[in-house]
Amino acid sequence: MGFLDIDNTTKSYGAVEVLHKVDISVEEGEFLVLVGPSGCGKSTLLNMIAGLEDITSGEIRIKDQVMNGVHPSKRNIAMVFQSYALYPNMTVGQNITFGLEMHGVPKPEREKAMHEVASLLQIEQLLDRKPGALSGGQRQRVAMGRALVRNPDVFLFDEPLSNLDAKLRVDMRTEIKKLHQKLGTTIVYVTHDQIEAMTLSTRIAVMYGGYVQQLGTPQEIYDTPANIFVATFMGSPAMNVVPATVAVENGVPMAVVELHDGSRARLPFSQQNLAAWEGREIMLGIRPETITDEDAADRKSTNIAQMVNRIVVTEPAGSDTFVTMTLGGKDVIARMRSDADVRPGADFTFAVNMEKAVAFDPATEMRILP
Amino acid sequence: MMSVSTQDTAIRTGRVTRALIYLVLLLFGLFYLLPLYVMVVNSVKPLDEITGGGMMNLPRVFTLEPWAKAWSSAQIGVDPTGLQPYFWNSIKMVVPAVAISTVLGALNGYVLTKWRFRGDTILFGLMLFACFIPFQIVLIPMARMLGLMGLAGTTWGLVLVHVVYGIGFTTLYFRNYYAVFPTELIRAAQIDGAGFFQIFWRILLPSSGPIAVVSIIWQFTNIWNDFLFGASFAGADSQPMTVALNNLVQSSTGVKEYNVHFAGAILAALPTLLVYIVAGRYFVRGLMAGSVKG
Amino acid sequence: MAHTADADFKTRLQNLLPKLVLSPSLAMVLVFVYGFIIFSVYLSFTDSRLLPSFGWVGWENYSKLWRLSHWEISLRNMGVFAALYISICTVLGLGLAIFLDQKIRAEGMIRTIYLYPMALSFIVTGTAWKWFLDPGIGLENVLQTWGWESFRFDWIKNRDYAIYTVVLAAVWQTSGFVMAMFLAGLRGIDNEILKAAQMDGASNWNLYRRIIIPQLRPAFLSAFVILSHLAIKTFDLVIALTGGGPGRATELPATFMYSYTFSRNQMGIGAASATIMLMTIAAIMIPYLYAELREKK
Repeated sequence: MGFLDIDNTTKSYGAVEVLHKVDISVEEGEFLVLVGPSGCGKSTLLNMIAGLEDITSGEIRIKDQVMNGVHPSKRNIAMVFQSYALYPNMTVGQNITFGLEMHGVPKPEREKAMHEVASLLQIEQLLDRKPGALSGGQRQRVAMGRALVRNPDVFLFDEPLSNLDAKLRVDMRTEIKKLHQKLGTTIVYVTHDQIEAMTLSTRIAVMYGGYVQQLGTPQEIYDTPANIFVATFMGSPAMNVVPATVAVENGVPMAVVELHDGSRARLPFSQQNLAAWEGREIMLGIRPETITDEDAADRKSTNIAQMVNRIVVTEPAGSDTFVTMTLGGKDVIARMRSDADVRPGADFTFAVNMEKAVAFDPATEMRILP
Repeated sequence: MMSVSTQDTAIRTGRVTRALIYLVLLLFGLFYLLPLYVMVVNSVKPLDEITGGGMMNLPRVFTLEPWAKAWSSAQIGVDPTGLQPYFWNSIKMVVPAVAISTVLGALNGYVLTKWRFRGDTILFGLMLFACFIPFQIVLIPMARMLGLMGLAGTTWGLVLVHVVYGIGFTTLYFRNYYAVFPTELIRAAQIDGAGFFQIFWRILLPSSGPIAVVSIIWQFTNIWNDFLFGASFAGADSQPMTVALNNLVQSSTGVKEYNVHFAGAILAALPTLLVYIVAGRYFVRGLMAGSVKG
Repeated sequence: MAHTADADFKTRLQNLLPKLVLSPSLAMVLVFVYGFIIFSVYLSFTDSRLLPSFGWVGWENYSKLWRLSHWEISLRNMGVFAALYISICTVLGLGLAIFLDQKIRAEGMIRTIYLYPMALSFIVTGTAWKWFLDPGIGLENVLQTWGWESFRFDWIKNRDYAIYTVVLAAVWQTSGFVMAMFLAGLRGIDNEILKAAQMDGASNWNLYRRIIIPQLRPAFLSAFVILSHLAIKTFDLVIALTGGGPGRATELPATFMYSYTFSRNQMGIGAASATIMLMTIAAIMIPYLYAELREKK
């Protein structure tokens, strides 16, 4: 039993099941991120944990207490909303203490708790202002203060950073991570932004179409995606997934891919069991950063393959230069150092770190497990 | 809403066209003001100036006597009471009816947007349609029902009638207003432990000022101006202003005192006119919400 | 929220509260509106006269009603009145809205003047117009006094023309409101579309005919629905302005129902006429409300 258990939980609206048998167990102090495109069911699941939507079947437990049918305010949870949901007619201080007031906490205690939280979040000077007079970042802090003051068992975050501009979002991300490390609280966090998911979480649940596609640590999700959806959703630019056929040479399985001119490159796999797929088609997954020039190839890798291909477009991005080529009939992006000598129209020798390559079954779109 | 929007569809026009546009607008302005002018100037002149063909002239002799007479001594029905008692009848009817229908409308709007349940739109549609029925269809049973309830001919009977046939609109106003009120705030308050009424009282109501004004003004104007219910259900001592004014003007006995009629008409129009001048923006908003999507 | 077995009493009460709060209003509407409608429709099939009575007479009241010349006149008047009232208000409202949308100085004041009649009681409106149109003291008398001896304007006393004075007063009262509806519609049109059309070389006339007015369809629809339901419900104005006369020249279904029910003690026939009024309004309002509420989802 975990700290927060989501046990075989489903959600239906009428005859339509929008969330299918979700099973997640969260340990105390964990930072679980639910990530996925809009409509994948992540917010529905969060609202079910909060008690804002009821549970069609299955159970949600916090500290082994069944929460089905328990009013949101009695679950000892707190939530930070996408719009912050600050009460416009109350001051920051009243916003923070409203929950305590509703739970009948006497005023001196409320004041004390409010000042503690305010100093933790450095918003003491804002306590008498109305939310309308605050900047986006300040509202965000107040919303977190309102959650923190309750000292809840579980914090729920519903896309809390999506209304902030790019720079502030990065700052607040760090802030949230610091806070989590400092307080060791249990957090369930919903976002559609895979970078937030990667940077913040201790574990990620990637959701799509009402299913949890994969549950794992950020590294597991990134390196060994369960299927093509997870592979392309997590990481930016997305993982390149191109059709290839498997050939075996000297017992080593090879991915045979078509280059821009119709000739073929042969890239040896590190994953031995792919030999069983000889002659069949697979989908080859290669992350952009594993396609480089030869000098920048990962020195620790034991399996660097070379491939000469024509450069179609180069996109300098400052720290890196993104190079587009045609591989297996698709656009494939490579992430090069900014000083790599790449020109559109030129042929270039790429180094592919095949140790990191993954293969998917084109029929099921699932990764072919080693 | 139109008052805050700055977009217009102005076209490039020449001087002559523009002058014509202003002329047309001015002429229609005069058309709309004409009856008001007629009422005002003729309410402060002696009767013989009107009958002598001077209806459009400014008064030669200025007198407030028609006003005094309309207010306190004109013959209404059988008694020479003036409109005064009927004015108070209207007030006694309007104030509770407006208050009750607005409070109910606010609660209904809150439930219908923030505590939605299956079939709520149909229920709302039923309430809304009630505003548009020809009230002739309910006159007969309503008269009977008021009798059964012991409210026949009373002010409270009229209050009940106006509440019943007004909540459709007040509900519409608050529903449209609360529909765009962020639901996340309600959810945050739920998690904070606030109950149904606490959320309404502490979170929604403090932000409901503008729509409450719209609802109050709309209901006030409508109920004050009602004639059909007043004429059908009021008793001798609960008749509202509109019914009394009509009795004054239609009375067939004696000399027709046009100046008193005009003064009486202004007295009947004054409360709603004042509200319109002070808070016309909200009145227009109420009108529009009843027709186009708010 | 669902009533799960482990929900405690307070939570269940909270879950029930919204419906409890809604129920008084709902009950009132169900009884006083829909219950009464059923009752009235039922009465229209009975032999009720001075008081409701429950002797079933089938369609007799309806067939009597359609044979009454009084009802026929009311309907004919309604036809004339509604057609003129709706079309004049629409044309006038649209025209004034377009004019008012040309960056007019003092727009706010002009709007206020055009719209104030909506705040008045029809009884007040009726009184003002009644005496202004009265040939003895009003416009006719004034112009004659000013020297135009042959001027005649006695429509309000003329059986053939009295209905047009009702149209005049009703248009005066509501056209400003229609103007406001169209103005809101005009303000909702994307300015950039107009700029694009002007770039395409559309003349002012074509700009309005081809681009702007077609985009006002929702405003036209709303105006039509509101005006037609107001037309059918017109009652106070006629009472104050003409009292239905001269003769029956300005009787409308609403006044017909009132006099048959309460003065002539023909409650069954009155109920039948009210039922027909309701059906007419329902035929217009229900599709409209249905569409409005559906879109909002």
